Amino acid sequence: MTGTWIAVLATAAGCYALKLAGLTVPQRILVSRRVRRFAELVPVALLAALSAVQTATNGQAFDIDPARLAGLAAAVVALLLRAPFLVVIVVAAAAAAALRAAGIA
Amino acid sequence: MSADQTDSATSANCEGATAQSDGQAVASPPRQWDNGPRREDRSLRLADGGRTADRPPRPVRDGVGLGLAVGVSGLAFGAAAASSGLTVWQACALSLLAFTGASQFALAGVIAGGGSLLAGTAGAILLGSRNTLYGLRLAEVLQPRGLSRVPVALGVIDETTAITLAQPDPVSARKAFTATFWCLYLTWNLATLGGALGAGRVGSPQALGLDVVAPAAFLALIWPRLKSGRTERLVAAAGAALALATTSVLPVGVPVILAATAALAGALAPAEEPSPGSAT
Repeated sequence: MTGTWIAVLATAAGCYALKLAGLTVPQRILVSRRVRRFAELVPVALLAALSAVQTATNGQAFDIDPARLAGLAAAVVALLLRAPFLVVIVVAAAAAAALRAAGIA
Repeated sequence: MSADQTDSATSANCEGATAQSDGQAVASPPRQWDNGPRREDRSLRLADGGRTADRPPRPVRDGVGLGLAVGVSGLAFGAAAASSGLTVWQACALSLLAFTGASQFALAGVIAGGGSLLAGTAGAILLGSRNTLYGLRLAEVLQPRGLSRVPVALGVIDETTAITLAQPDPVSARKAFTATFWCLYLTWNLATLGGALGAGRVGSPQALGLDVVAPAAFLALIWPRLKSGRTERLVAAAGAALALATTSVLPVGVPVILAATAALAGALAPAEEPSPGSAT
């Protein structure tokens, strides 16, 4: 549990330091187009990876859970229908929960 | 207002609109204002969710509205954190001190998967790196000095940046930042507490489908960027494929960090098209 607290506080400190750095460093340091592009693409790559890993794996093993896949598919449909963030999440969770409750997946 | 202020405010306006519509705030060239008033009108419309084209800036109303709407998503984070094994207080500490949704979800996700805390922390911090770029842009508009940077820094996130840079003048920008930040901060933290307490009291996380909350949230967070360009879609696909391909051979959490190389490749690749205004 102590290890988890260290991770929580280190994450908080790191995230805060990154925000403060942007307000503090001289404006000209990060003007390179490629640096900006990288920072913009990092969340795309990491969040896509996180989404895939948490949907299709459990620990170091692949774990294809039909209800979880269906939940993510429901999220995609909601996103295509331009649903707001919270609606997307509720639809995804509800789809997975409904399939499990019905014993289908 | 001096001509100089007008220029920088209009520039901020255009970039804010881009941030609002497709998450590209940091990619916009710094000077787009000489594209004329058409862009300004468009940005006002987008900042308001497409309801009105020509209206006076309403920084506080816009900020409070966005703050409430996004802040409620803290329920999802609280629930995901609690079902991942974080305690209620750890979930609240993340929302109070880190206050950047994607990083918080990421850490909870790695902990849920039983992954290395070091890798989880590194991934969460890496995800927060975009806030540095937002800070650079906000510093130009808000011009915080000395110790006033300390509270302002906490509020440097996607939503505050989008609303603040969408304002037509520096005074509105400051009001918008303050309103969005405080409303979102309070709502996000209360919602985190509610979500974390609620998830612990209502049966198995699996039965409620809570294990899909984080993956769905990640997808929803990058969705606007996936729609904004082919490079974004390729980077997302490559990042996901890389992480899945290395899952069985690397410690949990590390494959996700490895996915950042897809972002590096995307950044080094030649631009797919000139950005609007790059000719100026």
